[in-house]
Amino acid sequence: MAETKRIFTFLLRFIAFCTTLSAVIIMISSRQRATVLVFSFEAKYSDTPAFKYFVIVNAIVSIYGFLVLFLPSKSLLWRLVVALDAVFTILLTSSISAALAIAYVGEKGNPIAGWLPICDQVTKYCNQVKGALIVGFISVVLYMLLFLYSLHTVLNPLLLEKS
Amino acid sequence: MALQSGEKLPMFIGHVWSKQKSRWTLLGLRLLAFLAAAAATLVMVLNKQTKTFVVATIGTTPVNLTLTAKFHHTPAFVFFAIANGLVSNHNLVMIMVDLLGSKFDYKGFQLPMIASLDMLNLALVSGGANAAAFMAELGKNGNSHARWDKICDKFGAYCDRGAGALIASFLALALMLVITFLSILNLKLVNSSSHNSHNNIIALPN
Repeated sequence: MAETKRIFTFLLRFIAFCTTLSAVIIMISSRQRATVLVFSFEAKYSDTPAFKYFVIVNAIVSIYGFLVLFLPSKSLLWRLVVALDAVFTILLTSSISAALAIAYVGEKGNPIAGWLPICDQVTKYCNQVKGALIVGFISVVLYMLLFLYSLHTVLNPLLLEKS
Repeated sequence: MALQSGEKLPMFIGHVWSKQKSRWTLLGLRLLAFLAAAAATLVMVLNKQTKTFVVATIGTTPVNLTLTAKFHHTPAFVFFAIANGLVSNHNLVMIMVDLLGSKFDYKGFQLPMIASLDMLNLALVSGGANAAAFMAELGKNGNSHARWDKICDKFGAYCDRGAGALIASFLALALMLVITFLSILNLKLVNSSSHNSHNNIIALPN
């Protein structure tokens, strides 16, 4: 039973690491050159600070996820993992929230502010950003599950064992 | 986890918790977080500015265009208002539970429930504050690559009030972080004191 739990947790952490890594890769490789009237401009992820924040946070979380995969199961560092899981889950939710807000403006525009939607001009860029955001959302859900699970595993034995 | 006969499982006892000094700290922090989140919600919801622009001149009569900036034009600000409203509601309910809950019967589930709800609300307020922060940055600086003009030079008062709401929300976020930490610590504190009393679970009248 404990062995199954360990394998399941390891698998979950591995999948979460893969999703954050792929969110970074998809977002970085989204780039499209378009010509509007006489201007030729290139849409990249680094134009928007929200997407840059998304890439940075997901990169940090994937490095952390990679390091946690190699943690031996009886080490005392698992209590630190609980705290770090909390911090990185909150960071992930904030980054996906910010990126979604800006992507919504890019897709629908904001008529009051005079901001035109850019998705119909740079469709490939837009679709790739949408893909990165979907993968990022999956990683948020996985990290929330991992955080709750590590909280339950590490804190509950502290609460229920006889000192 | 072997139990001897006659022993009960350690439960989360309210009356032991209510004697901790951390109770009043937690209550004070919850009050501050409630006020901060409520202030953020109210300022954002009541944020509105109307401005008249002269767009063209036909002969001698200027053509005016009246634009109103309201918070509900931007979905990120709507999410911000809803998230902060939910967080202030949560803190209000938790204050009530803390002050009046000792009169009700505990089923042993209350403290983990409070900690879980605190964590959920922390994630909520962080998402809302961050989305609104990046939208505000877009409004303040614009985006030259997407040809989006900044609007803060035209709607200065709207931007200033939005900035005030954002500051209050980030303050609520910091307070929720400390509150969550204290709630999780409370779980351990209660259990260690219940072990010291040899699992003597008798509900004392307050």
